[in-house]
Amino acid sequence: MPRVKLPRKSTAIDMTAMCDVAFLLLSFFILTTKFKPSEALAVVTPSSVSSKAAESKDVVLVTIDPKGKVYFSVSDDAPKKEIFEAVNTSRNLGLTSGEIANLSSVNVPFIGVPFSQLKSLASKNKDEFKGVNWPGIPVLDTLNNELTDWVAAAVSAFQGQKMALQVKGDNDAKYPSFQAVIRAFKKNDQLKFQMITNAEGVPEGTELYKKNMSNMAAGKSASAE
Amino acid sequence: MAEMDTSGGGGHKKGPGVKKGKKLSTRVDLTPMVDLGFLLITFFIFTTTMSQPTAMKLNLPKDTDKPEEQNKAKESGALTLLLGGKDMVYYYEGILAPDGSNFKSTTFKDVRDVILTKKKSTKPDDFVVVIKANADATYKNTVDILDEMTINDVKRYALVDIFDVENQLIKATEGSAAK
Repeated sequence: MPRVKLPRKSTAIDMTAMCDVAFLLLSFFILTTKFKPSEALAVVTPSSVSSKAAESKDVVLVTIDPKGKVYFSVSDDAPKKEIFEAVNTSRNLGLTSGEIANLSSVNVPFIGVPFSQLKSLASKNKDEFKGVNWPGIPVLDTLNNELTDWVAAAVSAFQGQKMALQVKGDNDAKYPSFQAVIRAFKKNDQLKFQMITNAEGVPEGTELYKKNMSNMAAGKSASAE
Repeated sequence: MAEMDTSGGGGHKKGPGVKKGKKLSTRVDLTPMVDLGFLLITFFIFTTTMSQPTAMKLNLPKDTDKPEEQNKAKESGALTLLLGGKDMVYYYEGILAPDGSNFKSTTFKDVRDVILTKKKSTKPDDFVVVIKANADATYKNTVDILDEMTINDVKRYALVDIFDVENQLIKATEGSAAK
């Protein structure tokens, strides 16, 4: 019997479709990537099982660096100018309107000095903020916790609007700083706040894990608040 | 897609005298381009940190001097966790004995068992965890222990200032452990 001749087929595949997919994915990834804004304060946050994303609007952020120094900053959409005006009047700092304008501009990304040095901070540029050894806001003295004034200023500037009070602490920061921050919040009756953390998986077999599993089975979104 | 129709003229036959131009294939080998594309994708995936910061909520109790407004904790259901330096956790159940006999130490790895054991042995309504940290505890320890509350589904817990007695006990335990 004569063998059936199989037509020889070329092994070259049309790569066009694959190329399209590859570059589509590539452009998707490039466009969706948000670059981390370079932060003048290097803080490594601890991780928690909380899966709620941190709020990014109307943020009043208190940062604690590895040495336990405390910094105060607000997001750009917050009423920065009003905060500085409120601090100016409550502590009699004698800042001019020009200094307040500069302090509330992008030139000053965060406050890490006592009130006495705030005037010199007003002349600084954004580029001068990197690599400076800041003294931090004095908080450890319970009688003169300057963060209390900052939080009070923020509360009055927001005028009862919703503000997201956040604490971002470094792994190595010692507890007294955090305790002082809590005290400053408490004095202003700000009893709810958020702590910025990295996401972490829920350990298997724990109660939260079981709860999330049963929630998922029931069709609800598993969220760990 | 990568080829173009070069035959022209809608495909009808040309006359016998018309010379045909040599057909050059416009087909390009796209394999290296695909390679490049995927290489870039891999690069972007690996360099992107997907971790969006998450937020952990914490509600503080109101400071009050009036005893009727203070939250009461039953002694039998209370578990006090003390955070010390070097990632150590000290704990006692109920009220601290004057001689410190119910003062025990553990680590962050084993503290879950301590919490769960206490949780199982008490009525859910009475169970309350009191967290106190001393000056040597780090912020990470604090967040970890609060996280532990979420993980173990502890409904009632409070972050309270440490007492001197407890501080001294921690110091004494740390001192004896070092010897």
